[in-house]
Amino acid sequence: MNTIGLYVPGTSLPYRIPAGAKLLVLLGVVTVLLVLGDPWVSLGAAAAVVLLYPLFGLAGHLWHAFRPVLLFLAVVAAFHLLLTDAQTAVRVCSQLAAAVLLAGLVTRTTRVSEMLALFERLARPLRRVGVRPERVGLVLALTIRCIPMVAQSWRTSREAYLARGLSGGAHRMVVPVIVNLIRSAEALGAAMNARGID
Amino acid sequence: MIRLENVTHAYGDRVVVDGVSLELSEHRIGLIGANGSGKSTLARMLNGLVVPDAGRVLVDGLDTRTHAREVRRRVGFVFSDADTQIIMPTVAEDVRIGLRGSGLGRAEIEERVDAVLARHGLADHRDHPAHLLSGGQKQMLALASVMVTEPRVLVCDEPTTLLDLRNVRIVTETLRALPQQVILLTHHLDTLAGFDRVLVMDAGRIVFDGAPEAAVEYYVDLMGQHS
Repeated sequence: MNTIGLYVPGTSLPYRIPAGAKLLVLLGVVTVLLVLGDPWVSLGAAAAVVLLYPLFGLAGHLWHAFRPVLLFLAVVAAFHLLLTDAQTAVRVCSQLAAAVLLAGLVTRTTRVSEMLALFERLARPLRRVGVRPERVGLVLALTIRCIPMVAQSWRTSREAYLARGLSGGAHRMVVPVIVNLIRSAEALGAAMNARGID
Repeated sequence: MIRLENVTHAYGDRVVVDGVSLELSEHRIGLIGANGSGKSTLARMLNGLVVPDAGRVLVDGLDTRTHAREVRRRVGFVFSDADTQIIMPTVAEDVRIGLRGSGLGRAEIEERVDAVLARHGLADHRDHPAHLLSGGQKQMLALASVMVTEPRVLVCDEPTTLLDLRNVRIVTETLRALPQQVILLTHHLDTLAGFDRVLVMDAGRIVFDGAPEAAVEYYVDLMGQHS
């Protein structure tokens, strides 16, 4: 898996499709589902996307992709069952499920570097207004890179806190975490300079 | 060749490098000294990361003050904390980003990335998240990420400090096998065996310059006097 738990190495069909094409398919499918607004079409689409996971060798990742939205879907379903009707609940929930699972499939089969290269290409027209597309890509990459860095900094500070016999008061970790992150950011900047990346 | 001409640098009132003049041309050079002796600042000057307050550093005749980009292409730098050197999410991506703007074609870039990963024992980790590697593997990745750009000189600032003995050996052997000129800062004095030249730094000055055995002996004596 990737830094934020997404890319899974593989060789099946979606791995061979360019990132831009996959995003277009995702956009197209979601748009069609929203425009049609048919609960049975949406349900069928969600079921079809579920089948794509084992088809592309990602059966083990289906639950991982679905779990984060499960509670949200339950709340949305309950909301619609209470205030609207069962059909709307089925339509909205299956649209959401289809979109999330399809997006999960895209991210699991696309390297971060491919996605960043795509964003760099998309940002090229902004060169006219002074934006450097390669910097856009680098900023996005660093943002992704910093997620585990923040998590690690939090873990380290928490362990130091607990090791000294302290408990509770998570707010007390904010300052050491920020100090840690500033130090890490400085070191990362130095490393980028040393490698000639600016 | 790297030449330092009467180089001085201070952080505020604290002078950390004090009038150092050197010519560094040997294949394997060690730099040792206590914490705070100024060796890390001196090492950073070789790659243009730190610009001297006075004097100048020349790499192949290029002044680090005015030719930082060209200097960094010639002099690679590896830090002690590999974690903070990882820029991209996966192993191959982190190696590949160093070749951005190199003018190489896609196929050639991939070929180079694969080759350098294989040389550093990371071929099987190509698409793995870089932050999940072990400490030793992260340091090998840091090394691979620098080596992919094929620098002429490699400066390593205590690359084995955070590693266990097994990984110290792996990193040291990898460094020994490199065809490049290597300038190694270390507290693992045994890794300097076989080096061509070892410098000892104390209070911002080079206080010894000679063969590894004599340098280590001098350094151990020096530390004895300080304690």
